[in-house]
Amino acid sequence: MALRDITLGQYFPGSSPIHRLDPRAKLVAMICYIVALFLGQWFVTYAILLLALIAVVAASTVKPKALVRGLKPVVLILIFTAVLNIFYTPGEPLVSFWIFNITREGILHAFFMVVRIIMLITCTFLLTYTTSPLELTDGLESLMGPLKKIHVPVHELSMMMSIALRFIPTLIEETDKIMSAQKARGADFESGSLMQRARALIPLLVPLFISAFRRADELATAMECRCYHGGEGRTRMKQLHYRPGDVLFMLGALVLAVGIGVLGHFGL
Amino acid sequence: MSQPIIQTENLTFRYTTEEGAAPTVLDGLTLSIQPGEFVAVLGHNGSGKSTLAKHFNAILLPSGGKVYVDGMDTCGEDKLLDIRRQVGMVFQNPDNQIVASVVEEDVAFGPENLGVPSGEIRERVDRALKAVRMTEYARHAPHLLSGGQKQRVAIAGVLAMRPRCIVLDEPTAMLDPVGRREVLDTIRYLNREQGITVVLITHHMDEAAQADRLIVMHDGHIVADDKPALVFQNVDGLRSLGLEVPEPVALLYELRQAGVDVPLTALTVEECAGVLRELLA
Repeated sequence: MALRDITLGQYFPGSSPIHRLDPRAKLVAMICYIVALFLGQWFVTYAILLLALIAVVAASTVKPKALVRGLKPVVLILIFTAVLNIFYTPGEPLVSFWIFNITREGILHAFFMVVRIIMLITCTFLLTYTTSPLELTDGLESLMGPLKKIHVPVHELSMMMSIALRFIPTLIEETDKIMSAQKARGADFESGSLMQRARALIPLLVPLFISAFRRADELATAMECRCYHGGEGRTRMKQLHYRPGDVLFMLGALVLAVGIGVLGHFGL
Repeated sequence: MSQPIIQTENLTFRYTTEEGAAPTVLDGLTLSIQPGEFVAVLGHNGSGKSTLAKHFNAILLPSGGKVYVDGMDTCGEDKLLDIRRQVGMVFQNPDNQIVASVVEEDVAFGPENLGVPSGEIRERVDRALKAVRMTEYARHAPHLLSGGQKQRVAIAGVLAMRPRCIVLDEPTAMLDPVGRREVLDTIRYLNREQGITVVLITHHMDEAAQADRLIVMHDGHIVADDKPALVFQNVDGLRSLGLEVPEPVALLYELRQAGVDVPLTALTVEECAGVLRELLA
């Protein structure tokens, strides 16, 4: 098992217009889009939303195949949602057998629900595909800045996130090393019942945890040596700046959400 | 003489355990380090050399006695940031001191904490990376670098704070020979060209031999404090502490034991060869 091959954060580096947008602009636009998805009512609105999504995907140069792959884990949820909606929506019955009624409304409702979820997941994947984890944490910290006023530890949370991201590859490498060391002493991670395999992980997890704590301790000392004293009075080398393109993108998403809201109001 | 960058007065340190019976790690050390010096601190595991290093930027505070950094008492809570800005520290394990997942972001960490304006941070980061010859790796992920490169990034991270002194606690212990040479070359460059005071904690004799001044520690005491060439002349004394001397010195010592009249001052292979050539001429 080559643990090192696991890609994390599923970020596809690139230099498309979407990659270059400010992470905050992307986050805001995504929220607008998700709101719009729930305001949509009928074919017209969903067609508009789909066109908008296709336009952004095309501009992002992310391969549609990668987006489809992202949908695989939710297929079960999609089927479940569809079935529930088909059978439990009251209305004009098309087919009825035993205690089940399939209604026209039910089929339409199920269809829209599935489309909604697919588009929602695609747009969130698009965000993580085109934004590096580091940018994403910076963007979140900046957007949640106002929450500091109500004593939410925004800086600490984003610091934790970025340190976690930094140490994932280091810990994966270490896991690999411990695994090899235990295998060399005859440990067996790959056969036996589920219980046996779970038990075989204990000699892997114990050293991993101990070393993680030791690392945390050393890192804390090293951070202190470099004058870390919390978020207060801290500056950043790379400050986020909204450019005209970012503002346009956010405005576009906002206009889309409002427009869909109005159209939805008329049942379109 | 100018004001010493680091000065200890009768520094004593013992860990406080629950039973109260605490072993003394440092026992009444008095020393001062002048700006621009390259000092090596040599000693066994448990000799107290790392503990001493941690007193130089207030990571540990003395149980007795005083430590002054550029005239500031390390016990003064309000001077903590000033002290740590003056005296940077590099540790043994490069992985556990790199904070960010991009090299240049990590180097920027120190100045960011100090509240330096972002334009100036950029400039400091570029200079620090240039000084350790890692400019081309600015956008790389640290976990993909070699040990020696990681350690140089860690040094750059300290440099970006513009310290007057850098304390390195066994920076080469986890590196291969190539990485060791890279790190030592960088340290020497910083000392010679940029005038930064260097305190190098080590247990490698050949690293210690490169310093201008060598402090040998044993059991919480300073047993020698002089130029490396003079310290290493006391071959029997060092051996009785379980410390070896550099190979050229060991060779000349053997010759001397055999009755050949050679000086013991050659520390490098080249110097040793020179001495032998003179002898044979």
